[in-house]
Amino acid sequence: MPALGADMDAGTLTEWLVHPGDQVEKGDIVAIIETDKSTVEAECFDSGTIGELLVEPGTRVPVGTALATITMAAPVSAPVPAAEPHRPKPPEPEPEPEPAPGARVPSARPRTRRAPREAPGPGGGRRPPPAPKVSSPLVRHLAHQRGVDLGEIEGTGPSGEITRADVEHAAPARVKASPLARRLAAELNVDLATVTGSGYGGAIRADDVRAGAKAARPAARLDRGEPRPAEGPAADRLESMRQAIARAMARSKREIPHYYLTSAIDLARAMDWLRRRNRRLPVEDRIIPSALLLKAAAVALREVPRLNGFWADDGFVPADRVHLGVAISLRDGGLIAPALHDADDLPLADLMAGLRDLVARARTGRLRGSELTDPTITVTNLGDQGVESVHGVIYPPQVALVGFGAILDRPWAVDGLLGVRPVVSATLSADHRATDGRTGGCYLQAVDRLLQRPEELS
Amino acid sequence: MTPDEARKMIEEVLADIVPGTDFTALDADADLRESLELDSMDFLTFVTALSDGSGRRIDEDDYPRLATMSAGVAFLTEED
Repeated sequence: MPALGADMDAGTLTEWLVHPGDQVEKGDIVAIIETDKSTVEAECFDSGTIGELLVEPGTRVPVGTALATITMAAPVSAPVPAAEPHRPKPPEPEPEPEPAPGARVPSARPRTRRAPREAPGPGGGRRPPPAPKVSSPLVRHLAHQRGVDLGEIEGTGPSGEITRADVEHAAPARVKASPLARRLAAELNVDLATVTGSGYGGAIRADDVRAGAKAARPAARLDRGEPRPAEGPAADRLESMRQAIARAMARSKREIPHYYLTSAIDLARAMDWLRRRNRRLPVEDRIIPSALLLKAAAVALREVPRLNGFWADDGFVPADRVHLGVAISLRDGGLIAPALHDADDLPLADLMAGLRDLVARARTGRLRGSELTDPTITVTNLGDQGVESVHGVIYPPQVALVGFGAILDRPWAVDGLLGVRPVVSATLSADHRATDGRTGGCYLQAVDRLLQRPEELS
Repeated sequence: MTPDEARKMIEEVLADIVPGTDFTALDADADLRESLELDSMDFLTFVTALSDGSGRRIDEDDYPRLATMSAGVAFLTEED
C-alpha cells in the first residue's frame, strides 16, 4: 500500500485493474485505492509480470503492506520477495515524515527510508511523451480534449507537423456533450456514442455518463459489503478527510517553525497581457489569471531552489524538479493538493490544460498516486472567494507554501502619481529550519519580477 | 433561442459543474459565482459550455453579462 501523502496511514484497495500473468510497464495504473481523502489510481513503478494479487478488493490495509508480487522484466526472472509487510513496527501514531517513494506502488519492494524523493527516472511515465510532430500547444490541447492520440495521425503541415485541422479531421463527429461529461467519460472509460443524452438538444450531461458507467459496470464494489461506497459525498468520507487534514496540519504546526512574508504585486501588465491574449482565442483556450500566477510561482523556484523540496531527517533535501501542489477545494468540503508536474517547464497553455484536468479529476475523485506524492511545494489561491491574502500552513515534509489572494483594484503609486492598479497579495509561508526570511524575500521578489514580464511566462 | 430554452441550457450547464444544485432555490438575480461557489475555472467551463451550446462567441468582456441567471437569459436570447 503506497503512502500517498504525509497524512495517510492506511488505504482500501477497491479494485484491481490487472490480473496475475499480465505484463505491466512502469507507470501503468494497476489498481484503484481509496484513501481517507480520495480515490486514487495507483501506478506501478517497475516493469514485469504480475505474480500474485495479495490483497482482496475491499480490504483496508496499513501503508507498507505488500499488495501484489511482480516478476521483474529482467533476463533471469526472479520473483520479488513477497508478502512481507515492511512496516516493521506497528503503525505509529504519526505518519512517516516523508512520502517514502519505495512504498508508493503496490509491490513488495522495501521502502527506501532516506532520500525522500527519487528522481523520477526515464520512463517514469510522468512527463507526457514528447509529441515530435506537433508544434502548437493549442493543437495538443485540442487533441487532448477530443481524445485523439497524436501518435496515430499523420500531419499535413509544411514540415509534416500535425495541425489543428488534422486533429479536427481525426475526430470530426463530435457527439454533443458537456465538457464535464466528456472528461468524465474519458475517466470512466465510457464511450459517449453509447450514452443517451438527456440535455439540451440531446446533449450528453455528466449524469448521463455516470448512469452509463453504472450500467456498463455492475457495482462490484458494493457487492463486497464495503462500508464506504466510492461515490457520493458520504458523511464518513468527509469525516475521514477532515481527520486526515487534521493530522497533517497539526503535525505541521507542531513541527515546522513557520515564518510568513507578504508582497503586494502590481498585475496591471499581466492582466492586460492576458486580456489581449484571450481576446484572440476561442473560449476553451483562454487562460485564467490563476494559471499565470502558478507559472510565476513555479519559475521563481528556479531562482530560489531552497524553497523547493523536503525537510527530512534533520536536513533539507532539494527536489530537482518543480511539481507544484495545487490546493483544490472539493465541493462537499475538504481540500486536496495534487501535483502539477514540471509546472516551471510547461508552456502556459499546457499548464492551463493541466490545471483544468487536475481540478476536474480532483473533484470526480480520480487522481493518480504520483500526483499525491510528488508535490515539492504547494500553492493555494483563495482569490476567487475575494479573500485578500492567505497565510497558509505548510504541508509536511514540504518546506514552503505560496498563497495568492484576490486580484483587487487598489490605489497604487507609480512615478510619484497615484493610479488604480489590479494588485494581488502574494504570501510565502516557509519553514525556518530550511530557510531564513531573506531567502523567502528573494523568492517573492522573483515572483513579482516575473509577473511584470508576462509574455516571457507564456 | 427562447427565454425558457436559455434558462434550461444555463441550468443544465451549471448542474454539470455543481451536481445537485437546486435551481428552484436560486434567485434569478443572485450572483452565480457567489451562490454556487464557482471558482474562475468553473466559470470558464460555464462560459465554454454556453458558447458550445448556443453557438455564439462569448468574449471576456461579456462575462459580467453572465453574472446572474436573469442576465444570462437576456444575453443568450438577444439577437446577434
